[in-house]
Amino acid sequence: MSTGRVVILGAGHAGGSAAAFLRQYGHTGPITLVGEEPLLPYQRPPLSKAWLKGEAGEEELQLRPASFYAENDIAVRLGVRATRIDRRARQLVLEGGEILPYDALIIATGARPRRLALPGGEMARTLELRTAADAEMLKAGIAPGKRLAIVGGGYVGLEVAASARALGAEVVVIEREPRILARVAGPVLSEFFTGHHRKHGVQFELNAFVEALEGEGGQVKAARLNDGRRIPCDLVLIGVGALPNQELAAEADLPCEDGVVVDEEARTADPAVFAIGDVTRRPLPLYRRLFRLESVPSALEQAKQAAAAITGHRPPPPEVPWFWSDQYDLKLQIAGLPFEVDDVVVRGDPATARFAVFHMKGDVIQAVEAVNSPAEFMGGKLLIGAKKAVSRERLADPAVSMKEVGN
Amino acid sequence: MPKITYIEFDGTEHTVDVRNGLTVMEGAIKNNVPGIDADCGGACACATCHVYVDEAWREKTGTASAMEESMLDFAQNVQPNSRLSCQIKVTDQLDGLIVRMPEEQH
Repeated sequence: MSTGRVVILGAGHAGGSAAAFLRQYGHTGPITLVGEEPLLPYQRPPLSKAWLKGEAGEEELQLRPASFYAENDIAVRLGVRATRIDRRARQLVLEGGEILPYDALIIATGARPRRLALPGGEMARTLELRTAADAEMLKAGIAPGKRLAIVGGGYVGLEVAASARALGAEVVVIEREPRILARVAGPVLSEFFTGHHRKHGVQFELNAFVEALEGEGGQVKAARLNDGRRIPCDLVLIGVGALPNQELAAEADLPCEDGVVVDEEARTADPAVFAIGDVTRRPLPLYRRLFRLESVPSALEQAKQAAAAITGHRPPPPEVPWFWSDQYDLKLQIAGLPFEVDDVVVRGDPATARFAVFHMKGDVIQAVEAVNSPAEFMGGKLLIGAKKAVSRERLADPAVSMKEVGN
Repeated sequence: MPKITYIEFDGTEHTVDVRNGLTVMEGAIKNNVPGIDADCGGACACATCHVYVDEAWREKTGTASAMEESMLDFAQNVQPNSRLSCQIKVTDQLDGLIVRMPEEQH
């Protein structure tokens, strides 16, 4: 019987889910969920999509309704920051001095947007997107005819670009690398998405970075690029990646390396302290390495790992990392990570906007990027997890079912 | 407001109000009905909101899109009356709907 006091530091997707899994797995001891934002745990993915388009708000995004926490005896402290993890005394110290003793602590502090030290960056109308509060400010600035400059051609930037276009705003995406999604996807996908966004009127500046933001009266008016050109804009979104909120863990002498280091049970070096979600650097058994995996499925998996370790419940079976992104009428689903890849096999024709790119290590699929191709995503995920060799010929042939491409 | 009955694998029934416009999945989550995981929050990306629609309600709930069918094709224990509940929108026509949850979503 699992009866100890569990304190969860961070009430985001990972933290909120951990609280629920603890009860689901039979934990009967006290659970306290502490969150910096004044909101109950909620999903962030819709912030760049449904929220901006006015299709969903706070209530729709909640992971669970308010009644869930009371009904499951989960104490929730919102709008509260912690100042110190006292590992020796097994206590979490909150701002204001309040002490929360724990038998198990779960660090779920997530990540924060990386900031650029841009001259002019402190002006009004330069925004980032992580929280609902951020999304609300961004939404307020996007309107027909407004010009949005997005710094960073990653998922946040591209999803916001798609939403902003749907709302009638002009959009320019400024990307430092030669292609968008450089850090997270292959060239075939980058080219496809660039083309698709262009068809929807998005302008791209590739191989470009912003040197400074220029404005008047504290409002941004233009982004000045490294080649001297000025991109006029009313609003700037900086979407250049996120940094793990590992500071409290590091100050408590828990090993951190661009993320709080954890094992396959989401445990840190301290057996009483777990860490889950975007703040962690976690093992990927399939790829035999540690990685800072920023995704909702990873947060959920680790929440289950921690809850299982605490309660003695069976742990979740290891998952193939996976991810999704919705832009316009495109559903991008990705499984696996392209480590140790020799080449790619393309299945279907990108011109039809229904295709998949398989990243291959010999005859084994390491990762798949599927656009409007759920069978390729689901089937690919199974093959990746099984490390099953496939016939490249059958894989490249959309007429052959994904269930029949294995050797 | 439409009432939906969710029946867990062990037979436990939950009859709850779900307003029009929400999905059957959201109705479960918002009413703390266990058995539907909905990992991707309704993006049709995970197939963990799998339900079996009661035979009497199959016509009214309509047919799955190609995308949903493809996702279902790879889910566990799929039956002819399987649906992804995040893809069924609640309307007055579905007042009284009965769905059953599988033993596991993963």
